Amino acid sequence: MAKDGPAPLERFINGILPENPVYRQLLGMCPTLAVTGNMKAAMTMSGAVLFVLFCANIITSLIRGLLKPHLRILVFTLTIATFVTIADRLLQAFLYDMSKELGPYVPLIIVNCIIICRCEVCASKQGVLTAASDAVGQSIGFTLALASIASVREILGTGTWFGLTLIPADVPAKVWSTWSVMILPPGAFIALGLLLGAANRIGEIRQGRRAAV
Amino acid sequence: MKDNYIVQAWLILALAVCFAAALSGIEIALADRIAENKRNETFGQIANLVRSPWWEPVPAQTWQADGKTEQWVTPEGHLAYKAFDKQGTDRGWVIKASGQGFADRIEILIGLDVPGETVLGLYVLDQKETPALGNRIKEETWRRKFVGRETSRDIVVSSASKMADNIANNSVQAITGATVSSKSVAAIVNAAVKDFRNRISDLKKKQ
Repeated sequence: MAKDGPAPLERFINGILPENPVYRQLLGMCPTLAVTGNMKAAMTMSGAVLFVLFCANIITSLIRGLLKPHLRILVFTLTIATFVTIADRLLQAFLYDMSKELGPYVPLIIVNCIIICRCEVCASKQGVLTAASDAVGQSIGFTLALASIASVREILGTGTWFGLTLIPADVPAKVWSTWSVMILPPGAFIALGLLLGAANRIGEIRQGRRAAV
Repeated sequence: MKDNYIVQAWLILALAVCFAAALSGIEIALADRIAENKRNETFGQIANLVRSPWWEPVPAQTWQADGKTEQWVTPEGHLAYKAFDKQGTDRGWVIKASGQGFADRIEILIGLDVPGETVLGLYVLDQKETPALGNRIKEETWRRKFVGRETSRDIVVSSASKMADNIANNSVQAITGATVSSKSVAAIVNAAVKDFRNRISDLKKKQ
């Protein structure tokens, strides 16, 4: 097993928290900052990334024996671009308003480092089951990261979550008023920075506990 | 033989053929639905684009954009819609136009008054310009700068911020950091309006 790399279950679990693409690997920062103004956009982006990563990992894993080292990145990009185009057209057909809201960020999944990184690190070296598990694990990790940032920004910025009103509009301004900055670009950096700091702190505490044992 | 580029790239060529076939299938399956979505969006915007005067927005429900809209195509292939209100009064025109932007094609709707001489509104249907720079062409504050511009002469992009100067010069202020996108939109408007005016003048001659 050591020769083949981590097992499918290990890949799956690693992707969610220990190797979380956003909080641990700092990959996919463009969509993380750009589409986390509300939960609906963040979850649509996560779904698109799941679809593209899953399909790209499986195709890459299936043809891994045929890959030439100097042409592998070209094959990854070609594969990813195809599935991103499919995802983009599906959104335009079935979630038109959301497709308009996400704008160029769906086509920009082509250059999302998470996907090309997983093709390189896992799918081009391991079997289909492992590649699929890795894709699902990393996508769940990405979804959790986007959901955490989008929740903070949407709740603080507009007082809603998934469009549902959490803080009634008639609450006096002295008690609570929405922080408009949170739905603007600076809010994305503030939320990401604070949550990244929190994730690092939790990681340190867990490491400390392990060392003490 | 192994050093031959074509031989080395056989996998890429094979994948490209397979992916092209898959994308063609997706396009065939979804093209009608996507076109319908865009058509619905266009009809939804017609009422807003032909409002007159523009600073007194008319609620969309008082217009029957979908039920009472005639559609025809200009010589250059621009779709033009003639909009009527509930009473059947002619309220203006909406032209669908597209052209190359900074990053990709930009698709817009242009609202004109009944004689086709003044721009009443502009709406960006589709664009993939640079986020936070070029994609500000879709913001209403910028799109409004086209309102009131004459179609008898080209609309130009300028750095002037004074409204009086822009009205006198038939210009719109460029978006800071996105001059190419701003000029692209102005060029698309000019080309479509010119084509439309030619069509209108042809019709008048025939009458």
